[in-house]
Amino acid sequence: MYVAVKGGERAIDNAHAWLAEERRGDTGVAELSLAQIREQMSLAVNRVMAEGSLYDPDLAALAIKQSRGDLIEAIFLIRAYRTTLPRFGYSETVDTGDMACDRRISATFKDAPGGQVLGPTFDYTHRLLDFKLAADGEVPEAPVADPRMEVTPHITEFLQGEDIIEREPSSQAVPGDLTREPMSFPAGRAVRLQSLARGDEGFILGMAYSTQRGYARNHAFVGELRIGKVPVEMEIPELGFAVEIGEVELTECETVNQFKGSKTVPPQFTRGYGLVFGQSERKSIAMALVDRALRWEELGEDNLGAAAQDEEFVLSHSDNIQATGFLEHIKLPHYVDFQSELELVRKLRREAQELADSMAAREAAQ
Amino acid sequence: MNTEISAPARKTWMSLLAQADEGELSQLWLAFDRSPEFDWLRPPEAGGVMVRGRMGGSGAPFNLGEMTVTRCALTLADGTVGHAYVQGRSKPKAEIAAKVDALMQTEAAQELRRVVLEPLRQAQQSRKEARAAKAAATKVEFFTMVRGED
Repeated sequence: MYVAVKGGERAIDNAHAWLAEERRGDTGVAELSLAQIREQMSLAVNRVMAEGSLYDPDLAALAIKQSRGDLIEAIFLIRAYRTTLPRFGYSETVDTGDMACDRRISATFKDAPGGQVLGPTFDYTHRLLDFKLAADGEVPEAPVADPRMEVTPHITEFLQGEDIIEREPSSQAVPGDLTREPMSFPAGRAVRLQSLARGDEGFILGMAYSTQRGYARNHAFVGELRIGKVPVEMEIPELGFAVEIGEVELTECETVNQFKGSKTVPPQFTRGYGLVFGQSERKSIAMALVDRALRWEELGEDNLGAAAQDEEFVLSHSDNIQATGFLEHIKLPHYVDFQSELELVRKLRREAQELADSMAAREAAQ
Repeated sequence: MNTEISAPARKTWMSLLAQADEGELSQLWLAFDRSPEFDWLRPPEAGGVMVRGRMGGSGAPFNLGEMTVTRCALTLADGTVGHAYVQGRSKPKAEIAAKVDALMQTEAAQELRRVVLEPLRQAQQSRKEARAAKAAATKVEFFTMVRGED
């Protein structure tokens, strides 16, 4: 039975007013501007764009400000906004080979054409707190060298020459879109990649780590990791040709994994793929590992019963907005549900007590 | 109205306008200092475009996530049609882009190229080169330690 309950409006209004005040914090401290968040919290902005599944740094900065830095709440705001946008269409596929690389490293080939370019990385920092940042300070200009404007080829292209790594079959198949049709299983690799790209970084990281620790082991090397901007093209229906409609920063990870070979395929390396909005290196590597683990069936591997091999498990639990919605709804009023449970438990306890009493009476009588 | 606009040329300027920084574009537009009469065919509206990637960078396509885009279309008094599809949610940016697209098909093209498009292209190119120069400075130069065994 549902009982309509009214009340609480004043409490809710006042709670929201207090939330606004707490969000602002001490008014003696300067207020954050969206530009400050966008420029100085850029990796948080990147995460909100990746998991919010909408590339717009200014909107992500606004969401972070509004959510007081709670990134899952910010992602929720972006997802909600996204649903209000009319869909103009689908882009042409982006060409990551054409990326203007800020960073490009390979753990497998030292002397890759284009070189090992570290970019603005946390790697090799000592993870010691830098108290200079606590004070205002001018940052010295980063050193420069002769810019390399040529295209940086993908590492896997070199391996493909020998067929020593599997080829990605080219296809014009229209990929499923989980923002248009609800997910069903088996989902297929295209929908898996879409889902992983917007999945929770922590969840995907945990799943990927589990494969490294021995659950669905597939021993990955980072064949290549690249970060940079790529142009996005879309065919304009009014014009009948494609134009660039903007550019997005992407992080791409290609793993090179072991493969034993089979009766029909000689031994060759296999691949996992990660592609994420923004500079999102951890997420992109994790995505590639989970993508590879989920390909066990297609590659004729054994199902070891590992969580990271279970498509339904991974995809159903990777979305932090779905997860937080279901998790947090249990804090909302369930007075009537609980009332019925309360009465049931009282009844069961009464019956148990009556049974115990009658047993005791029978024993006493004997 | 010039009917001999080649698609590749139009693609080049529309692409440049799509990625332009809004502040930069509106300043250059002010410098051009002409505001043509026009009617909206489609007033500016913000929307989303689903960006697609390819598995392994070269394989089958998949949907990666959306980006915000603003589009509009207008006609000049002489009937020339201008379109804009620009990144982000700025309606003023889309309006300027559509006006530039329309005027680029008229005799104003040369002036517009000089005052707006060329400075825009140069600014974009120098930003790209500046990043590439910083990236180049972080390229690892490996050297092998000679072991003194003989």
